[in-house]
Amino acid sequence: MNLPQVVQYCFAGITVGSIYAIVAIGFNIIYNTTGIINFAQGEFLIVGAMTAISLNHFVPLPVAIFLAVVITTLLGGLIELVFIRRAQNASVLHLIVITIGISILMREAMLHIWDEKVRSLPYFTGTGVSTITILGAHISPQVLWVLGVSVVIVMGLTPFFRLTLTGRAMRACADDRMAARLCGINDKWMVTLSFMLSAGIGALAGCVISPVMQTQYDMGAPLAIKGFTVAILGGLGNSMAAVAAGLLLGLVETLMMSQFDVAYKEAVSIVILLLILVFRPSGLFGKHEITAMRAV
Amino acid sequence: MRKQLVKVTGILVLAIVIAISGIVKAADSNSSPRANEPTIKVGAIFAVTGGAANLGGPEQKTTEMLVEKINKEGGVKGHKIELIVKDSGSKPENAISLAKQLIEEEKVLAIIGPSTSGETMAIKNICQEGNTILLSCAAAEDIVNPVASYVFKTPQKDSDAVRRIFQVMKAKGITKIGVITSNDGFGIAGGKQLAKLADLAGITIAISEAYDKQETDLTGILTKVKSHDVNAVVNWSIVPAQSMVAKNMKQIGLDVPLFQSHGYGNIKYVQQGGEAANGTIFPCGRLLIADLLPDNHPQKKLLAEYKKDYESRYKEDASTFGGHAYDAILVLVEGIKKANSIDRDKVRDAIENLKGLVGTAGIFNFSSSDHNGLGLDAFEILTVKDGKFAIYKN
Repeated sequence: MNLPQVVQYCFAGITVGSIYAIVAIGFNIIYNTTGIINFAQGEFLIVGAMTAISLNHFVPLPVAIFLAVVITTLLGGLIELVFIRRAQNASVLHLIVITIGISILMREAMLHIWDEKVRSLPYFTGTGVSTITILGAHISPQVLWVLGVSVVIVMGLTPFFRLTLTGRAMRACADDRMAARLCGINDKWMVTLSFMLSAGIGALAGCVISPVMQTQYDMGAPLAIKGFTVAILGGLGNSMAAVAAGLLLGLVETLMMSQFDVAYKEAVSIVILLLILVFRPSGLFGKHEITAMRAV
Repeated sequence: MRKQLVKVTGILVLAIVIAISGIVKAADSNSSPRANEPTIKVGAIFAVTGGAANLGGPEQKTTEMLVEKINKEGGVKGHKIELIVKDSGSKPENAISLAKQLIEEEKVLAIIGPSTSGETMAIKNICQEGNTILLSCAAAEDIVNPVASYVFKTPQKDSDAVRRIFQVMKAKGITKIGVITSNDGFGIAGGKQLAKLADLAGITIAISEAYDKQETDLTGILTKVKSHDVNAVVNWSIVPAQSMVAKNMKQIGLDVPLFQSHGYGNIKYVQQGGEAANGTIFPCGRLLIADLLPDNHPQKKLLAEYKKDYESRYKEDASTFGGHAYDAILVLVEGIKKANSIDRDKVRDAIENLKGLVGTAGIFNFSSSDHNGLGLDAFEILTVKDGKFAIYKN
């Protein structure tokens, strides 16, 4: 393979990889605050994209995306209030199953509201045929948007969780909820906030990938599975690791595709997930102690 | 004491609900039209929801519209058609249980559909063993080859589609191609036909890959195709891939002609593909360019009428998929008329002997060895020009 081809494959790899990474970050935010895996995460991406597509008929694209993110954020909060908060004393396993139910509910609601058609947002810059040449590889400008938005999200979240009071409060809830309450943190609102944040960045991600991957009511589940794989791969709870793991998985998938039958592409991520769970369950970047402490 | 009361009330409520639903169901079946003659029970399995909804939706709408029209005009030989439509959700497993239900419980004379090749192959044996006529709206050659006496299909053969594509390629001087297909029944069958007929046409397939049927980003696989320096790309799938492939090709700088399958038969895919879709070449039934046909073309009247009725009733563009369902009902009705009976074996025999039947997909000539009845001439080669379908001229 010559250099332009390698670069082309790499771009394809990091594009899908960054999408997986964003979904994984959404998982991590909620996991960090509550210890549950929100399997409805994929649906947030699709709801955000579908809402933006509908709004785009009335308002310009940036406004539509902004409103879609806001609406999905509120929806995330609503879902938490209605389903999760009520299940106060449920175990983590119960809550995870509840999120699976929520994802099914959201999917059917989306089918009802938007029907089964495949839609997409218009390309942010240029059109469906625009192409940029970088190091001999041709890519759509939208790819750069996907990468750019992913970087911005990660760059924004890291200081949020490390430095701001709210972010640290959320991390405190994950560590020990009772202790956090004793410190005066309103843990219930932290949980709601984590859902809202996850939903919001999910919606933004959904919008930015919509021109490239298109949007259909049932695309949430496969995205959630890949995102979950990446979250585990990087170490559950670690967002920076999720980004690295996402890019890694994306690259591995694409490079495998270049050498072997494309039909095996999906198998790659599942095999990697199995290997990680068997040999290094705390993920590539996770610490062993953390897995031991978080006994579900 | 209170707990007992709640339990008893709960059981009473449940019993009442069951009783009421039982009464409602009995009343329902009593109120269904009991004409002097028995109704003809026809089942239909369509992918109204799910991945193939673009096929199943129009098929369901067309079937309902046509059966309503037939019943309004007095039915077939005085018998009204009782249509039972089931949604398979594009899943072969669902098609199997629905087929069993229609055959064993409803005891239908015939089943229209399913919408996809995968689903049809899953129920082919069930229908054959159940002596139920199956008029499939799916394209794979395997459906009628080997021939099962009760199984027919109305879409054109995918092998003929491939032959037409190769004809166009030869005329354009294309020798080396890349083939990408989806991994569902339709895609795999198409890939097989392309591989089988390439040598005969003098075309070399430099690379042939299958992708997941839900895949929407084809840049990776197209990059692999690009590395083989092909003169053209053939894509064999339904949505979502067939809308994306043209865009992805332009984005990665793969500037060669794109050929699609006859699954491209809906203007929606062109709209989804945007600017990139211009120049796509594909074989198709004549429904999409009915207005461009000369007035003396045998299919023109039927196509124009169907298009007008469908579009005015459902406010969406007609597609070739709905046309396949139209043809299926047409074949069944003509079979019943020709047999002058609703006995399933007589109708089956009659269908096998239908000749010169003008449908939306072409002109049908069935025989005991040909349960599809359409040939190469059922296809017109179309292209996309300025976002609209046009007849391809070399």
